[in-house]
Amino acid sequence: MMPDLGKYADTVLSAYAVSILLLIALVWWSIVAARKARRELDKVEGHRNG
Amino acid sequence: MGSIWEYANPVKFSRTAGVVLPWVSVFATVALIVGLVWGFFFTPDDYRQGSTVKIIYLHVPAALMAINVWFMMLVTSLVWLVRRHHVSALAAKGAAPVGIVMTLIALVTGAIWGQPMWGTWWAWDPRLTSFLILFLFYLGYMALWEAIDNPDTAADLTAVLCIVGSVFAVLSRYAVNFWNQGLHQGASLSLDKEENVADVFSTPLYVCIAGFVLLFIALVFLRTRTEIHKRRAKALLARERLG
Amino acid sequence: MISLLIRDLKLAFRAGGGFGLGLAFFLIVTVLVPFGVGPNSVLLSKIAPGILWLGALLACLLSLDRILALDWEDGSLDLLATSPLPLEGVVTIKSLAHWLTTGLPLTLAAPLFGLLLSLPEGGYLWLVLSLMVGTPALSVIGTFGAALTVGIKRGGLLLSLLVLPLYVPTLIFGAELARRGAEGLATTTPLLMLAGITFGVIALLPFASALVLRVNLR
Repeated sequence: MMPDLGKYADTVLSAYAVSILLLIALVWWSIVAARKARRELDKVEGHRNG
Repeated sequence: MGSIWEYANPVKFSRTAGVVLPWVSVFATVALIVGLVWGFFFTPDDYRQGSTVKIIYLHVPAALMAINVWFMMLVTSLVWLVRRHHVSALAAKGAAPVGIVMTLIALVTGAIWGQPMWGTWWAWDPRLTSFLILFLFYLGYMALWEAIDNPDTAADLTAVLCIVGSVFAVLSRYAVNFWNQGLHQGASLSLDKEENVADVFSTPLYVCIAGFVLLFIALVFLRTRTEIHKRRAKALLARERLG
Repeated sequence: MISLLIRDLKLAFRAGGGFGLGLAFFLIVTVLVPFGVGPNSVLLSKIAPGILWLGALLACLLSLDRILALDWEDGSLDLLATSPLPLEGVVTIKSLAHWLTTGLPLTLAAPLFGLLLSLPEGGYLWLVLSLMVGTPALSVIGTFGAALTVGIKRGGLLLSLLVLPLYVPTLIFGAELARRGAEGLATTTPLLMLAGITFGVIALLPFASALVLRVNLR
């Protein structure tokens, strides 16, 4: 399954690893921030109504 | 505060985002996985660059996005300044971290790629230098957002910074071109896109670019909605305190 | 307008105005460079134009927060904003005052510091010319940065972060002009570009600075 990357295996793999890690971190961070904002908003709105 | 945009339109935006977001996220994930898997597993090696050519599926889309995200921020900044449309300003704020990560990916993959191809991690090639400068612009823009408490003031100031920064970024691009040619004549390290990309490589590349664009759209929707929620919570709290 | 300029100049020359500070900083940078890269005069003369430009730029940067911060704190900026003088004019005067107290002295002192770095014979004229043409742009761009960050407490570091990327084109063309002059190469293109940037910036950026200042005074 794994393609033969030849002598550049380290190069290609590290490029993919770093990029995918960065993308996942960005998405993760965005989702966590979104959840937190949503929770806080719900809390404040709950206050007002309750 | 208290303008009609403050509540009416952001609410509409949030609702739209709620509908659109799942779809865009799914498409983005599919396109990214298909494009990257295709590019990584099912493309041949380049006769000159060997397997490193596979890096193109990350490097080029990220670089494209790095510039286009800034351009999108420029447009939304202008819309904010002209129309005072709050969602617009918040979209620019939400896009900036995406843009800086894209710039970072472009720089890092470029450095990793450059190491075996050019024999160095970093060269003061005009393109590389321009991206480094773009990175600094993103950094300053985000820092300014963080530094100001009043959201409207922050939106105004960052919008002006974005516009002025755009002009200077373009100026820097030309300056850097001039400067490097002036230093080492003929020693060009540019990787010519047209030259590299044959048909076997280009189709998965387009899929990857589509994936990056969709991912960006999804993230901007999500992050803008986050900012709207934050501001709404803040506004409600402030009102509560007033009684 | 003239009286505002005179007032700003007086304030700068008075105690703690930072008039001499920029020059002293420039001197120190120039003195430190040989310690960092070694006393080889061939190397020094090669990098002298760049070092002198960088030193001048940093010295300029150092004094940027003084352009508006003091007036902001004591409220005279509010007075100026409500005065009949357009804010664009005020900002331009501020830039001019900053240049007269920072850029101009730096330009005039640069040949002296060039001696320390064994700048080649033919380079002095071009060094002075490049600084003379380029430093006004630094002051005007710096005023924009100062206007952006004037409302932020301890905004000095942020100011540097915002202004330094904006200085890139000026630095590139300025240093390139000085370097080419020192090496006896053709200088027309960088000179024209540098002058273009300076004039363009003087013509347009005060509007952005005034806009930003109005937002901050709101």
